[in-house]
Amino acid sequence: METTVEQFPPFREAGPQHGHDDHGHEHHEPSFWSKYIFSTDHKVIGIQYGFTALCFMLFGFFLMLLMRWQIAHPGLPVPLFGPLLEKIVGPVMAPNGAISPDLYNSFGAMHGTIMVFLGVVPLAFAAFGNYVVPLMIGAPDMAFPRVNMASYHAFFLGGVVMLTSFFIPGGAAQAGWTSYSPLATTIPTDGQAFWLVGMILLITSSLLGAVNFIATIIQLRAPGMTWMRMPWFVWTQFVTAFLLLLAFPPLEAAGLLQLMDNVAHTSFFLPTGLAVGGQLANVSGGGSPLLWQHLFWFLGHPEVYVLILPGMGIVAEIIANNTRKPLWGYKSLVYAVLAVGFLSFIVWAHHMYLTGMGQKIATFFQATTMIISIPSVIILTCLFLSLWGGSIRINTPMLFALGWLPMFGIGGLTGLPLGLAAADLYLHDTYYVIAHFHYVVAPGTIFALFAGIYFWFPKMTGRKMNEFWGRVHFWCSFVFMNLVFMPMFAQGIKGMLRRMSDGGVNYSAARVPGAIDALPGSVMEMNSWIFAAAVALGIAQIPFIINLFWSIKHGEKVGDNPWEATTIDWQTPTPPPHGNFEVEPRIVRGPYEYSAPGHDGGFAPQSEPAATTRNAHH
Amino acid sequence: MDIPYTVEIRPDTGIYNAKVGIWLFLASEVMLFGGLFSAYVLLRVGSLPGEWPHGWLDVRLGALNTVLLALSAITTLLAWAACKTRQFGKFKFFHACTLLLALSFLCVKSYEYHDKWIHYEIKLKDGTFADGHMVENDLKEDYLVIHGRIVTDEKALYDLRAQKDIKLAEVKIPRASIASMQNYSPRHNTFTAIYFTLTGLHALHILGGSIVIFYLWAFGGAMWKTDPERFTNRIEVSGLFWHFVDLVWIFLFPVLYLT
Amino acid sequence: MSEHHQSQTHAAPSAGDSHPVDFNAYLRRCLYVFIAALCAISLMIFASYLPHFGWPAKVTMILTVAVVNAFIVAGFLMHLLSEKKMIYTVLGFTVFFFAGLMGLMVWATGDFPVGTIFH
Repeated sequence: METTVEQFPPFREAGPQHGHDDHGHEHHEPSFWSKYIFSTDHKVIGIQYGFTALCFMLFGFFLMLLMRWQIAHPGLPVPLFGPLLEKIVGPVMAPNGAISPDLYNSFGAMHGTIMVFLGVVPLAFAAFGNYVVPLMIGAPDMAFPRVNMASYHAFFLGGVVMLTSFFIPGGAAQAGWTSYSPLATTIPTDGQAFWLVGMILLITSSLLGAVNFIATIIQLRAPGMTWMRMPWFVWTQFVTAFLLLLAFPPLEAAGLLQLMDNVAHTSFFLPTGLAVGGQLANVSGGGSPLLWQHLFWFLGHPEVYVLILPGMGIVAEIIANNTRKPLWGYKSLVYAVLAVGFLSFIVWAHHMYLTGMGQKIATFFQATTMIISIPSVIILTCLFLSLWGGSIRINTPMLFALGWLPMFGIGGLTGLPLGLAAADLYLHDTYYVIAHFHYVVAPGTIFALFAGIYFWFPKMTGRKMNEFWGRVHFWCSFVFMNLVFMPMFAQGIKGMLRRMSDGGVNYSAARVPGAIDALPGSVMEMNSWIFAAAVALGIAQIPFIINLFWSIKHGEKVGDNPWEATTIDWQTPTPPPHGNFEVEPRIVRGPYEYSAPGHDGGFAPQSEPAATTRNAHH
Repeated sequence: MDIPYTVEIRPDTGIYNAKVGIWLFLASEVMLFGGLFSAYVLLRVGSLPGEWPHGWLDVRLGALNTVLLALSAITTLLAWAACKTRQFGKFKFFHACTLLLALSFLCVKSYEYHDKWIHYEIKLKDGTFADGHMVENDLKEDYLVIHGRIVTDEKALYDLRAQKDIKLAEVKIPRASIASMQNYSPRHNTFTAIYFTLTGLHALHILGGSIVIFYLWAFGGAMWKTDPERFTNRIEVSGLFWHFVDLVWIFLFPVLYLT
Repeated sequence: MSEHHQSQTHAAPSAGDSHPVDFNAYLRRCLYVFIAALCAISLMIFASYLPHFGWPAKVTMILTVAVVNAFIVAGFLMHLLSEKKMIYTVLGFTVFFFAGLMGLMVWATGDFPVGTIFH
């Protein structure tokens, strides 16, 4: 599909365009509603997604703090927020402001759901993707702007439904973010049905977004932007969109089936002979709980790659920019991310090793899981090697990107024992698993997302965020993230199980003195330290939040390309206007021509015509 | 601000944007129905021998529906071809046919759903089973009347294909002899559950597709006058969706009705 | 050489197929497809009533006919046979993943440890 620039007809002349079907559009100022709420501009939608997602992430963080309090001090009323909690959820769920086991379960389920589906995916994929991808490929907007708007509003509605579920009698969903049947159907409250409806809305939003991203990247690349000249960030978004497109629908199907189970009393996932509360359940039976698990994890595993890939892309862009040299192994990075995407569809049952699987099927999934670690390591290695020989520039985005590297390393490597069936027999459902996936997502993806916010903030606002407070934010977050999650590896290996609302007290050596492998006091003490570190981590986000808002109006003013970047998102005016580029860019070189000889400033933007020599790099 | 390649094709891919979009969307729909079909296969393979129903659905109605949808796929393509050759009158005719065929499909489906809804399996206190369509159910009376039969073994209600000459008659059942009763709704057993879910979701897609095609058919005149090529593309894209819905039915019919 | 390219681009490739549409040819083609579909439907119904085969054999026969029918609809009515490589590459991957989902799920259901008191 290589084409030369000349094959493309001149699409737009310089200057503002007049569309044939929206006459009069540019002759009056759009209202507040059509400019900020019902906008079809990808940049506005990106910011809408980003803002909403950050709010959800803060809420999810708060839920985690409540859970960690309960784990560290089981049964004690929550300080400060206890009375408010009791007022919202009622004295049955929160007696005297303490967290009951049912309430703990609903916090656990909603923390996971909100962080994954309402926080990280919208921020990493929808927010950054929407804002940056069209700019990076030289497009005037997404291929389907109105579909884009619809996808944001579906997301928003899904979030409303999820939040509303906290306030209904019985509270929110309680069966984990994985919503396993039969528990999800036999819990007698409606929270689960709300969760399912919310999920269907969120999945719809993601599907619409995925279609948009893929179509945009295929069709709207500027002339000369060949596939192998795209910044690697666009490749990661492309693969992520495919994962969402093809992996989400089976979960939508499964969600529909579970909703039928809950509301129409079918037995898709309820086995024959199911007894609830000592009584035979009044259902037809004939269903399979494993069916739910297969359909859920068919999405669930590609979902974790959806969580990490955009972050990897952001880190790569920032590393190339701040080492002032091209990424090491661009081609390897492209093939590796394609391989990760493809393989991620056939590894899912490594989440199901303990369901009574036979040896053959377990071995198959173990093999594919081990194989998928190869392209992941290739990506990490390329990023590490990109630092070698670089002229490293330290600023807040680079600090987060550098911090991401070892954190993702730890997260990824600790996944290996979980992928091996024999080791997973012991580690499944322990705190080791929690530590592993949080390392990948929390000091992993979320650090990458912070890096991205600091990095692209000047393009959105024309000002930089405060550098000092950015560094404070980084170092405090880095230290406290590790203090929160590192002890959990030890707790898990010692046998502490997940989702215990009492923090393991009933399995502790203090409570059950003679038991073999009871949780020792050291493990139980860690709960208090983890809680303290989590509170400190929360406090460490305050400078970031203040910095974010304060810098919009008072940050250091900068020009169009303060980071001296080569990708063409930095070649637009600041902030980019409707239509993004004044003149349609023509791409003439690869994305990382840093320290290129013969160019002003020591770097060659992708779209700048060659001054003296034409670069032979791709 | 115009998005490039909305109407004209992009040189290196040879397609316009909406076509890429609809094929991607159809790929996701393949996975959606694929998930449901996988559920069907797992539930059927996991069922106990002799307990998976055969012959619960009327093959004649199913075949009629299949023919209706196949015909509507044809008329959809011809509607697009008419647009391509700028024959607006022909386009209006063929898509009117499409809509009528879709409506007929939904009517037949509603009839089938209703048929299941009034079909009851009644477990009697003496251990036998009465099975048939409700004819009379006046709550003031102490009996109800069904048009069906009484069997001693519940298994006889499952494989209707294997039984020859099933005799149905009007059976009067005193309410006092009823232990429990259940109509052939989704909760009756996993077959009805997956049947209603699969065909229900499919019917929703038919409805959605019909609404889009109706909108283009009724209100397309304006865009036809100003930008006929763009309108033709919309007909093509909605036609592709319609063909996909037909494709799903091509698998639904044999899987649910014939096997 | 660049002049040749210039004239090509100014001819502005219009949307749709590169060959003009002959309506009557389409009408004829549609008739053949419809007849083929009717044959497929009749064949499937016939196969399902054959007395001497067990269900697994019948299901295989019926689904084979269904796949052929689907191929005809997709190939001719959806123009998939003349579509661009990129589209049927995407669909190829989709079919592969769907087959993986169904196949691996069914395999997993059938593969469990034996020699226990339950199996």
